[in-house]
Amino acid sequence: MSTGVEPVTGRIHSWDLSTGVDGPGTRFVLFLSGCPLRCLYCANPDTWRMRDGEPATVDEVMAEIEKYRAFLTTAGGGVTLTGGEALLQPAFTAAVFRRCKELGLHTALDTSGFLGARADDALLADTDLVLLDIKSFDAGTYRRLTGGDLAPTLDFATRLDRLGKRMWIRYVLVPGRTDDPEAIDGLAGFLAGLGSVERVDILPFHKLGAAKYDALGIPFALRDTPVPDPALVERVRGQFRRRGLSAH
Amino acid sequence: MTATVTAGPRTADAWRQFAGSGWREHIDVRDFIQANYTPYEGDAAFLSGPTDRTRAVWEKVSALFPEERRRGVLDVDTATPSTITSHAPGYIDRDRELIVGLQTDAPLKRAIMPNGGLRMVENGLRAYGYEADPFVSEVFGTYRKTHNDGVFDAYTPTMRAARKAGIITGLPDAYGRGRIIGDYRRVALYGTDRLAEAKRAERALLDARPSTGDVIRDREELAEQIRALGELTRMAAGYGCDVTRPAATAHEAVQWLYLGFLAAVKEQNGAAMSLGRTSTFLDVFLQRDLDEGLLDESRAQELVDDFVIKLRIVRFLRTPEYDALFSGDPTWVTESIGGIGADGRPLVTRTSFRFLQTLYNLGPAPEPNLTVLWSPRLPDGFKEFCAQVSIDTSAVQYESDELMRPRTGDDTAIACCVSAMAVGRQMQFFGARVNLAKALLYAVNGGRDEMTGDQVAPPTPPLTGEYLDYDELSAAYDRVLDWLARTYVDTLNVIHHMHDKYAYERIEMALHDHPVHRFMACGIAGLSVAVDSLSAVRHARVKVFRDATGLAVDFRTEGEFPAYGNNDDRVDALAVDLVESFMAKLREHPTHRDAEHTQSVLTITSNVVYGKHTGNTPDGRRAGQPFAPGANPMNGRDRHGVAASALSVAKLPYEAARDGISLTTTVTPEGLGHVPGERAAHLVGILDAYMSSGGFHMNVNVLDRATLEDAMEHPEKYPELTVRVSGYAVNFVRLTREQQLDVISRTFHGSL
Repeated sequence: MSTGVEPVTGRIHSWDLSTGVDGPGTRFVLFLSGCPLRCLYCANPDTWRMRDGEPATVDEVMAEIEKYRAFLTTAGGGVTLTGGEALLQPAFTAAVFRRCKELGLHTALDTSGFLGARADDALLADTDLVLLDIKSFDAGTYRRLTGGDLAPTLDFATRLDRLGKRMWIRYVLVPGRTDDPEAIDGLAGFLAGLGSVERVDILPFHKLGAAKYDALGIPFALRDTPVPDPALVERVRGQFRRRGLSAH
Repeated sequence: MTATVTAGPRTADAWRQFAGSGWREHIDVRDFIQANYTPYEGDAAFLSGPTDRTRAVWEKVSALFPEERRRGVLDVDTATPSTITSHAPGYIDRDRELIVGLQTDAPLKRAIMPNGGLRMVENGLRAYGYEADPFVSEVFGTYRKTHNDGVFDAYTPTMRAARKAGIITGLPDAYGRGRIIGDYRRVALYGTDRLAEAKRAERALLDARPSTGDVIRDREELAEQIRALGELTRMAAGYGCDVTRPAATAHEAVQWLYLGFLAAVKEQNGAAMSLGRTSTFLDVFLQRDLDEGLLDESRAQELVDDFVIKLRIVRFLRTPEYDALFSGDPTWVTESIGGIGADGRPLVTRTSFRFLQTLYNLGPAPEPNLTVLWSPRLPDGFKEFCAQVSIDTSAVQYESDELMRPRTGDDTAIACCVSAMAVGRQMQFFGARVNLAKALLYAVNGGRDEMTGDQVAPPTPPLTGEYLDYDELSAAYDRVLDWLARTYVDTLNVIHHMHDKYAYERIEMALHDHPVHRFMACGIAGLSVAVDSLSAVRHARVKVFRDATGLAVDFRTEGEFPAYGNNDDRVDALAVDLVESFMAKLREHPTHRDAEHTQSVLTITSNVVYGKHTGNTPDGRRAGQPFAPGANPMNGRDRHGVAASALSVAKLPYEAARDGISLTTTVTPEGLGHVPGERAAHLVGILDAYMSSGGFHMNVNVLDRATLEDAMEHPEKYPELTVRVSGYAVNFVRLTREQQLDVISRTFHGSL
């Protein structure tokens, strides 16, 4: 087949349908391969390397998504791109979202924001919602936890707010690592200043990905870290709520 | 009593303020409902909690449950074959009960019903440490032939072999067939005098017809129906209720309706004794009494709560073999709620809510089997409430009103689990199911059974290649299915001929029109195993391992194959083909009383027993492993979440499975959303989307794995824990251990 245009090809890990955890409603969630960060608590270490993903064209991905178009629309959902890091493959992500919008599907981009600069305005125009994972508000903690810098994420958040782009913030709560009240207050204060942040989801750290580390032969640094108790989760939600944010 | 009853003052008072005319002239409950019901489009805020009285009655009877659970049955009357009038009135708490009537003279005391089969009664008694009464054994062993005796007189050697091998199984040849819904509402709306008068008129129409076998049988059955109405009248009088006249209040309407149902469960221990579609009918009476100031919301709820208490304690004496197939003492007192009328008005009323509210007021329970007839067009407040009840109790099932209404009308109710019938106009001959996975192995093995080596189907050349060839296998499978369909329909004809003769459902059929439309409800099990096996042979390579006699006993799959349950047409199309082709084969064979052929894709809990009796299959399933329930994909092979899995099932054409297609889903609470307050809306979205995609039925469980595991170890902590299995709900702690493990191992969508 020759159309004169090179089809955009991505590297994908898998796809799944989920409800109420990757954006509103029931969603087609596409996991892209490759991530620039190495978060200690990552539940999907099998998505870290782009070369481990399966090559897939936009047409192939859209053929799968189209099978769910009616279902997703009726169920008040849409399509979420995540990973890995969807912005490691910005052209592919942009192309998929463009096609989704042509089908009238709601789009959500789940990202750490670390590569936010790679998301051009056209991509963001086709993005209805950004699920922005802010791993920590303390630059040192952020680096220790992810191996990367915090600043690009905050810059991205500010840019999204300027564009009026709806945001749901995701904050993974890890006892002893991301539960520092001061850092959380700092983040809450920052977010309170961003009018387009609609809500903050506190995601309690879990160890369901531990088996994947074993299978890959990668050490899981947080194996002995406890999961947060409900009281801690409520305290952190309270910190965000005190700043007028809707926290769950 | 004669036609004057209709014009009598008693009737005029009972029907005060009711509108419409057609239903006054003919027995037509649907017409009455349409002319009089008040749709409710609001939310659940109006509902009342349990009163002290309700709590006291429920606590009194539920105090008996632990002992019943421990011993299997609480008590049995071994000496009195049950009829409508056999037992003196019984009560839970005579001073407090609003709705009265028990199957025997004491709550949870079971009755014997030997018309179905004496051996079933004797084995059932022995299993729980009772001896059959010698006089009963003498009567039913010497003087009174049973349904079971009749069936075995007429079975052929082929039928016996197919039954013994378990390729046709669960047949109602030793117990009541059930799945017949009397229109119990008629008792409340018309009273038994008017109903008997209508039956006499139906019978008179036969007088001029030549006395052929069919006509003689119809006359005799109508005579029995009229007699049964008389017995219902006498039984009701024992409880101080004059049901010869229509119910004049809501309290009487609930009571009359229940007494009609009670007569049925006193006389028949059918596998499923479903209630019908009563809530919106009863709402007309409740609303009138509310309007007249005769009762308030709390009292209205009390009446429904008390009725539901009675429905929860229906009991039958059954054998351990029966329990292994259908675990947890189910009675399938199915009540169908909601739906949309032919004129577009939702059939949701406040009483639709009140029935669901019983799951809060009395706590979760498997019975009555609350079934919501779902349409995306239902009012939002009702949809949201249903979803919330599902999330809180896992006790509700959903069936597509949009698929049923065009076929069986807007007064359809579900019998058992997924069988749609126009109430009072249609009935079915329950046909259990055939094992399609075993049939596939018969195709490989030239008609020999893979477990025993016995030649069950007619001998054909077995497949001899080292690897299975798809075209060869398809052709051989087609031949086996031809034989199976013929043998199956033939077997069902024998069973239902004898059931009509020896265990006729007199009172249930008295509450149907004559002539009635009959379905021959066939069924299939092992769909996903058969389909994945075909997919493996077609898309991968399947090597065969044979024993010394040439019997294929194991398979090894080389390569990948698409599995049913991933919304992948390469394999889902095989499932559609199999369902359609088996339905076409069934239709080739004449049926008892010209019943219309249908089939279901439903197993209830028998998927465990089917699996136990089926050898290794080409899809990689090991011998003895459970099948997936109903039309479900095989456990763990649906890898893309509940929506993908459901969409595979939704492709199965309802037209080729009019007796229902069952899908059981289990999600964790988190799997319906991170924020608890949003989960009901999400579930509504899934149900709307599934039904809009052509899905027929969904059991919804919202459970965590840890809870179930803890309940296995500490059953005493979870007396109310309810889970939906294929087509009904059970107390989890009353399942066999094997079935508990099966439920747990089933895909927990959203657990990761």
